[in-house]
Amino acid sequence: MTSSAIALVDYGAGNLRSVENALREVGAEVEVTRDPDVVRRAGRIVVPGQGSMPAVADAMRISGVAEALLEALGRGARMLGICVGLQILFERGEEAGGARGLGLVPGTVARLPSGVKLPHIGWSPVRAVGTRHPLFAPLDGQYVYFAHSFAAPADASGVELLAEHGRPYCAALARGDLFAVQFHPEKSQRVGLSLLDRFVRL
Amino acid sequence: MPAKRIIPCLDVKGGRVVKGVNFLHLRDAGDPVEAASRYDAQGADEVTYLDIAATLENRGTLLDLVSRTAARVFAPLTVGGGVRSEADFVALLRAGADKVSVNSSAVADPELVDRLSAIAGAQALVVAVDVKRRPGTRPTEWEVHVAGGSRPTGREGIAWCREVARRGAGEILLTSMDRDGTRAGYDLELLERVCGEVEVPVIASGGVGTLDHMAEGLRFADAALAASIFHDGQHTVGEAKAFLAERGIEVRPCP
Repeated sequence: MTSSAIALVDYGAGNLRSVENALREVGAEVEVTRDPDVVRRAGRIVVPGQGSMPAVADAMRISGVAEALLEALGRGARMLGICVGLQILFERGEEAGGARGLGLVPGTVARLPSGVKLPHIGWSPVRAVGTRHPLFAPLDGQYVYFAHSFAAPADASGVELLAEHGRPYCAALARGDLFAVQFHPEKSQRVGLSLLDRFVRL
Repeated sequence: MPAKRIIPCLDVKGGRVVKGVNFLHLRDAGDPVEAASRYDAQGADEVTYLDIAATLENRGTLLDLVSRTAARVFAPLTVGGGVRSEADFVALLRAGADKVSVNSSAVADPELVDRLSAIAGAQALVVAVDVKRRPGTRPTEWEVHVAGGSRPTGREGIAWCREVARRGAGEILLTSMDRDGTRAGYDLELLERVCGEVEVPVIASGGVGTLDHMAEGLRFADAALAASIFHDGQHTVGEAKAFLAERGIEVRPCP
């Protein structure tokens, strides 16, 4: 794997292929991997996510990928987490009786409130807040595609985009070289591809 | 609430788009990937493929089609037709489908809904429900039909919608067999009833003939699935969205 390639972490997530396609579309070299050593050495890592946070967090711990990811981040690798790939960064998740996340960001990923349609499936607008990081600032006011029932708090550390479904929540965050989005850029047409393009060139 | 979604639906068979009335008199109507890309460019919020052949020998062709589509279309792709098992479901997701819809197999084995929902989360599972009115019932009852609407099941439609939502369907694709292919508008009474009973998003299907019909359906439903109104070139997705936006319905602006 060359240093410019992106390690796309495979732990059985359904939308892995979509993310791979989208990264290739914006010109990235992609290595799909479940090998902790590849993740450990990677300069850029994308963690896709579909499914439940407890299942994903467990799969990543058991395979050794979680530890490798933390090591890579400690070395200064850049990471983009997508959907459950954002949720697992937090300390805790409420889903399926509770889960322990990677604990890189303080807080709990909680179920969206009742009284709105769940899962939240479809296109909702996002609003830029925080530092207006150049990765996310162009998304201000744009519609992006969401498919989830749980979400991180609106006041999460590093929050850069907010969305609302029953309550405001963190739609994107940036902390140093750690980036994550709750929506699916690989399914958000041009708006999403341009975000991936900026990440690849960051 | 998210924007109301407009979802063009393509009937596919043997890797090609087919057109017909009530699945009869099929004729070839082109390459699905081209059609899906065109709708994507027009601002479709999703694209749905329904494999109407749904035979075992056709599975390879369908998977190849899904994988070619996913490499070109960067909007959500839902695929249904002939999904009978966990293996069918996972194969479609891994080929690049974002959501997979099940219909007859869920009626035959309701626990399949629970099992599929556990694999990749509720948001990857659509349960398609085809219903027909039971004549003379007050209040109106609807009966679930399977096998492309050809076989009545004895199941009551509203209760079945509630059951699949409870079992883990992420969305319900609700088709009125009475209206399908008629262009007489959605069965609004059906939409109102189901949307009032389930917490999951409901996709309205069956009967759209005009943009007014679409606006009426979206008073209740979260998304509108339509086929002929787009395929025949009667309207583009962009025109549909402009029409809906003028009537105060929130839609995602076209690119």
